Amino acid sequence: MSQSDLSPIRLHRALNDIWGTPPGLGRLSSVNHTVLGRRFMVVALIFFAIGGLLSMLIRAQLATPNSAFVGPEIYNQIFTMHGTVMMFLFAIPMFEGFAIYILPKMLGARDMAFPRLTAYGFWCYLFGGSILIIAMLMGVAPNGGWFMYTPLSSRPYTPGINADVWLLGITFVEISAVTAAVELFVTILKVRAPGMSLIRMPLFAWYMLVTSGMMIVGFPPLILGSILLELERAFGLPFFDPTRGGDPLLWQHLFWLFGHPEVYIIFLPAAGALSTIIPVFAQRPILGFRAIIAAIVAMGFLSFGLWVHHMFTVGIPHLALAFFSAASALVAIPTAIQIFAWIGTLASGRPRWDIPMLYVAGFFVVFVIGGLTGVMLAMVPFNTQAHDSYFVVAHLHYVLVGGFVFPMLAAIYHWMPHISGRQSLYRLSVPAFWFIMVGFNLTFFLMHLTGLMGMPRRISTYPSNWGWDWLNLLSSVGSFILTMGFALVLADIVMQFRFGRPFRRDPWHAGTLEWAIPTPPTNYSFAALPRIDAPGDQLAPRLIGPQLAGGRGYLGFPRDGQMETLGVDMVTGEAEQLIVLPQSSFLPLWTGLATGSIFVALLFGFYWLAPLGALLTVVLFLLWTVKLGRKHDSGPVDIGMGEQAPRDVECPGNVTVLANRTAVVMDAILFSSLLFGGLFLLVVAPNWDGLAPLDLPLWLLALALMASTAGAGFSWLARRANASGLLIGSAVAQVLAVVVLAVLMAWVPEPTGHARQATMFALLAYATIHTALGALMSSYGIWRVQQGFVSTRRNTELVLAWLWNGYAAAALVPALGLVLMLALAGDGA
Amino acid sequence: MAGCSGALSALDPAGPRAANLATLWWVMLIGATLLFALVMVLLLLAYTRSDWISRVTPGQWIIGGGLMLPVPILVLLTGTALVLGEQLLPHGEAPVRVEGEARQWAWTFRYPGTAMPPTETLHIPAGQPVDIVVTARDVIHSLWVPRLGGKIDAIPGHPNVIRLEADEAGIYWGQCAEYCGEGHDGMQFRVEAHDPAAFAALMEGGNP
Repeated sequence: MSQSDLSPIRLHRALNDIWGTPPGLGRLSSVNHTVLGRRFMVVALIFFAIGGLLSMLIRAQLATPNSAFVGPEIYNQIFTMHGTVMMFLFAIPMFEGFAIYILPKMLGARDMAFPRLTAYGFWCYLFGGSILIIAMLMGVAPNGGWFMYTPLSSRPYTPGINADVWLLGITFVEISAVTAAVELFVTILKVRAPGMSLIRMPLFAWYMLVTSGMMIVGFPPLILGSILLELERAFGLPFFDPTRGGDPLLWQHLFWLFGHPEVYIIFLPAAGALSTIIPVFAQRPILGFRAIIAAIVAMGFLSFGLWVHHMFTVGIPHLALAFFSAASALVAIPTAIQIFAWIGTLASGRPRWDIPMLYVAGFFVVFVIGGLTGVMLAMVPFNTQAHDSYFVVAHLHYVLVGGFVFPMLAAIYHWMPHISGRQSLYRLSVPAFWFIMVGFNLTFFLMHLTGLMGMPRRISTYPSNWGWDWLNLLSSVGSFILTMGFALVLADIVMQFRFGRPFRRDPWHAGTLEWAIPTPPTNYSFAALPRIDAPGDQLAPRLIGPQLAGGRGYLGFPRDGQMETLGVDMVTGEAEQLIVLPQSSFLPLWTGLATGSIFVALLFGFYWLAPLGALLTVVLFLLWTVKLGRKHDSGPVDIGMGEQAPRDVECPGNVTVLANRTAVVMDAILFSSLLFGGLFLLVVAPNWDGLAPLDLPLWLLALALMASTAGAGFSWLARRANASGLLIGSAVAQVLAVVVLAVLMAWVPEPTGHARQATMFALLAYATIHTALGALMSSYGIWRVQQGFVSTRRNTELVLAWLWNGYAAAALVPALGLVLMLALAGDGA
Repeated sequence: MAGCSGALSALDPAGPRAANLATLWWVMLIGATLLFALVMVLLLLAYTRSDWISRVTPGQWIIGGGLMLPVPILVLLTGTALVLGEQLLPHGEAPVRVEGEARQWAWTFRYPGTAMPPTETLHIPAGQPVDIVVTARDVIHSLWVPRLGGKIDAIPGHPNVIRLEADEAGIYWGQCAEYCGEGHDGMQFRVEAHDPAAFAALMEGGNP
């Protein structure tokens, strides 16, 4: 079929039928990125409203000294939930939703690489967030601070369910961050319009590429920390209990290893939005394109060397602090490069004013102040005064509101017409901005002084004699002005949807591809995919749009009722494969519910139920694959524009393989965090003197290692010789390794007695789970072979079996090595 | 700075160490204000489309603003802070060493080698540095006497040392700075600085 067969209208109808979401309850089966991106953003904004409401309660309580509005037990829940909701349930999902909505459209693709994974992530986010909110309404919200420092959050000091709600609810939500990270990473690298080479990608895609890379590295330490703390709370494994060889500082390291990069993970997407919006209103391409890319990559790396600046007062040697202090100061440089590139872009362009630019100006004012106080806090001596005081409260709100909320508001005004198909009326926008600007600064600017005058964070009330009364009262007044501003923005958005002026295409004269599609967007986004031969943010959507609507481009035709988009070579951007995407399905919802059952079972202490939920989740995930793949080789197929490409199943570097490799990296980082934790406890933790060495059955270690290595070897041979029968050997060998490792786990004497045994237990558990995963992937390969999905060309299953089996065997070496070291600990040392 | 005074104000220092920290703050504040003003002026000029600014090249923006402006400032500041931090460390033996133990939600101070019984008020001599060895019995707390110096965390299992110094005899106030549960807001403590002779008598007599 060639592209000229159908009129634009008939092409639209044909594609619409293929890509549409069913009506009614069928909406719950949607896997479409436009739909899910919108849902993510709407839910995130609802959580933002909840978090905002909580902050109003905080300011009401602190407006006057000796306030009796709420007591400390309620207040502690309120401030914990405010931080938790804003960080985990608003900021991260908000940019994830925005990226899911906009990225495929900017990259010239019809959807994300894994639409069902997007949906699954959304359900995990919604259910996990709901657990937290329901707990709050029932009065058992987390109350240990959003940072959950141990031992305060450990069982003896938080005996109730509150801390478990945080650990389990947030880990559940984290699944959506993990899936989003992998999916964004793979989508940006592989799913673009042909011709869009890496260097032609719009800056926003670069920002999201670095962000997703940072999420891949940044989230595992927190997930590991949460698992370990929940293991301590639920089963008494003392990783953080100083009386039994654990260390509360280990939690702080794991938390801030995540927590600091997290700030940049939130800032970079917002900066990416700014780098997209500013050139549009400066009416010239961004200045210093390559310098900005270098700056954001540098920021990504540097952000992992800063975490200790949250721990300047825990008693780490001063010279070690100097390193982190210098690194924290250094991060000002890539920030400055971006700030001056933006100002320079405005200065050398023909800047025009519009509502988005109002918020961009607000961003400059607020964020620069936050950056400057950040450099102050990076100085260790000053930090010893300002740390944990209201100065830090002021700083972090300047950075996060300046670096995320203001750019997000600019982005809302910039892209809302894309979602609604209507332009804003601007009656409310300007006063709304001034309410927000004045309210924000009144609230938070004064807090710098409040903090230096000695007010510590997280106190529920204060007496009148310290001189903080007037500052707090003014801050509270400011916060109410700020809230009115947000209410006006909300009203403005509603008005725009209801009464906004419809427009034809690209109202801002933007340079990115998302404006080349009809607005509000069609469910297939592009009727045909464009050929890109210019930088991705200097295109002419007004000219490209009508061409694509007429089917002139790649894939400008329906085929077999399948959802198709193109995969490209990562670097050159040349068309490499035809990606066939899965259609609407309820499986993500069911899988999300099954996953939720694990967390709910753990939350209420029905520990025997959790493995059943896990088993159900695995079975459901296996069902996802039933409709995937093809049973015959088809060779290269027509993709339009006179080009041909093989189907993804026949392409060795397909997105599934890349996603699994990314997942292995993430898994390896989680494992590295565990190894770090074990070594940290061995070296630093108190109460390790006088331990007797354990008589570890070395032959069992050797047997496990040999079995797992054999399993990996068989899977490698199966992959190499394309001889799937060898997978049976692989599965059997890994099962043997699982059994041996399980015996070893049972052998560990009294894991609750000391952190040494607890860590050995955790390492063995990790090894057991991963050898079991290897066995599962081999068995899955066998199953797919039997069904006829595997051939010499279609060998993804064999590649995956080798990947996970190889990783399991490789991980066993350091795992068992550290187990051995821990067993010998105390041996005369 | 009359508006900044207060019994817990770090901007109202009452000892050499806190005074150093306050000076660092005022210097940084002046520097930050100048930098902020610079960025705002450039932004304003960008919009008023002054001819001069539209002729600045991309390289000048990136190299000038992104590297040449911040690098010297950061090097100078980080170096100064490092030296200052080294000076503030508890180097060598201070003549007086007190042990502070935190628990939910109070402080106990002990005076090893003296006849003084444990107290809830921290007694120190005026005019000389005092080392306080800080630990915690249950959860993490943090000892902070803003007018005499910075803060240090009290962590179970990890004793930390902080050096404080008051210029003159008098009453000062300290508090817990690390969130430690329901009683966190009430964890203030009194610091009494005595003339050296009075302090010595107190330690011998053991009668606060």
